[in-house]
Amino acid sequence: MGGWAIAVHGGAGVDPNLPPQRQEEAKQLLARCLNLGISSLHSNASAIDVVELVVRELETDPLFNSGRGSALTENGTVEMEASIMDGPKRRCGAVSGLTTVKNPISLARLVMDKSPHSYLAFSGAEDFARLQGVEVVENEYFITPENVGMLKLAKEANTILFDYRIPTNGYDTCGAGVESPVKMNGLPISVYAPETVGCVVVDKEGRCAAATSTGGLMNKMTGRIGDSPLIGAGTYACELCGVSCTGEGEAIIRGTLAREVAAVMEYKGLGLQEAVDFVIKNRLDEGFAGLIAVSNKGEVAYGFNCNGMFRGCATEDGFMEVGIWE
Amino acid sequence: MGWAIAVHGGAGDISRSLPHDRRQPREEAIRHCLQIGVEALQSNSPPLDVVELVVRELENIPHFNAGRGSVLTSEGTVEMEASIMDGNTMRCGAVSGLTTVVNAVSLARLVMEKTPHIYLAFDGAEQFAREQGVEIVDSSHFITPENVERLKLAKEANRVQIDYNAQPIQNDTKKEKPCANGDSQIGTVGCVAVDSNGNLASATSTGGLVNKMAGRIGDTPVIGAGTYANELCAVSATGKGESIIRGTVARDVAALMEFKGLSLKEAADCVVHERTPKGTVGLIAVSAAGEVVMSFNTTGMFRGCATEDGYSEVAIWSDAQVE
Repeated sequence: MGGWAIAVHGGAGVDPNLPPQRQEEAKQLLARCLNLGISSLHSNASAIDVVELVVRELETDPLFNSGRGSALTENGTVEMEASIMDGPKRRCGAVSGLTTVKNPISLARLVMDKSPHSYLAFSGAEDFARLQGVEVVENEYFITPENVGMLKLAKEANTILFDYRIPTNGYDTCGAGVESPVKMNGLPISVYAPETVGCVVVDKEGRCAAATSTGGLMNKMTGRIGDSPLIGAGTYACELCGVSCTGEGEAIIRGTLAREVAAVMEYKGLGLQEAVDFVIKNRLDEGFAGLIAVSNKGEVAYGFNCNGMFRGCATEDGFMEVGIWE
Repeated sequence: MGWAIAVHGGAGDISRSLPHDRRQPREEAIRHCLQIGVEALQSNSPPLDVVELVVRELENIPHFNAGRGSVLTSEGTVEMEASIMDGNTMRCGAVSGLTTVVNAVSLARLVMEKTPHIYLAFDGAEQFAREQGVEIVDSSHFITPENVERLKLAKEANRVQIDYNAQPIQNDTKKEKPCANGDSQIGTVGCVAVDSNGNLASATSTGGLVNKMAGRIGDTPVIGAGTYANELCAVSATGKGESIIRGTVARDVAALMEFKGLSLKEAADCVVHERTPKGTVGLIAVSAAGEVVMSFNTTGMFRGCATEDGYSEVAIWSDAQVE
């Protein structure tokens, strides 16, 4: 035991009909990010630096739902959010409602390191970004043609499938002609595409860190905040572990999922994998989600209760794995 | 078993020499809000309705840092936030960055009940408020002379700080603020309730931190930090937002009960006295069994509680009970 460990994710809840080429692209991106993190760890970077570095890479690549390639709000714009947490003193930083900041995770880090607060949002966060001199771009930069298409489908799906705004989970599709029975947050998985990104790391000194970033829910109401920037829900790190979650934001918030993994380790004495399994099994009810986690002992674990999660993990002893399905 | 309710008007460095005219109206207000909650529970209102009702009342009273009477941002504006949670279903709602909505806690409840989301903020939340037809007013309604003065003092303290060292503002700035009249750290209002069937609910509301950066979100709207309810207990926290977030305070009380089998009081005391820095946190909590606890590691916390068996208490410090 001991040594570094790293895990990355690109979202839980995967379209079972995802074309093989897309699957391949996703796995390559995950592998690339893992390798980036690994070489950083080889140069003795600290966990907090590594998680930021890796999530920046995921934000910059348009493949997953963060930074460029973010899901669109009901207005067709992008509103990004992220959070980061440093295990040793449980320092944290979070941002929401970003529209021009190229790398939300780095702004979250600056909130943690350079402001008296833990969480900044919307125009206040954008002002802070300018004060800090981070890279800003036009909102259009983040919007991909693919997501414009997805938004259109999501709006159509809402009109066809629902008379009321509150979505149902599960398989009661009331017979609407949707081929994929898998739904998340009320939308067929082919349009939902949650794909929040995250990274957790434990470095050689046993310090854990976690970071999560997302564009949020496709067709979300403007101003909607999900689990990703909420400490204890989408992200958590303490002396024992680092956790990053993805999936149905509302379920993750209600279940305070990331904190839960650490809480059962601390208060019930469970090991990392046991804790992850316990939380996935017992804390999600009808919600779909997944998470990645590392422990201060150099272990890595992941779990999800839906049909797939884009993920990769590696440990210092040479273990490395990238996967999508069970 | 039986119903129980607790109310708070903020934990902080409340000086024991707080002048009578600053103390008495707040005690009265706590007593009044407690009574409203008690009567609602006695008429069998569901706890979710009770906590919303009581927090609305606290928001409307200008003596507390929520709704009218909210502290001001560094720009002299108000940005209000709130959250509410139902223990049985674990449904929750939260709002941040409100500037015109009279009752933030009610908007949080509407987010929970009328949208597929849990949390709406800033312009999006204000827009939703208008769609829902909730009561809105000009922002000036929320601003009190007391808070204008508080902001002025806070800015002066910061200016002194900056004069003495050229460092940018770091995380410990807020410890340096002088407590001019002993209550510049007052934060947040909240209510937790349980009925005789063990149904639990919690709600918290605030204007946030004096002189906060525009856009700053604290613990109050973060489920698991400032507010939490499940089948075991309901918790509402107050104090230094950043510490409450980091400590996932409200969730931790419930987690200690569930995973370590602690009683409500043991769990609350553990979180407040062993797991968060002194001078940062207070909380109120009720359990499904009808117990109530009010715990704080600050100088004081404006609070009150009552249980069905006739017990009732309104207090500020730990030994000065008012009834």
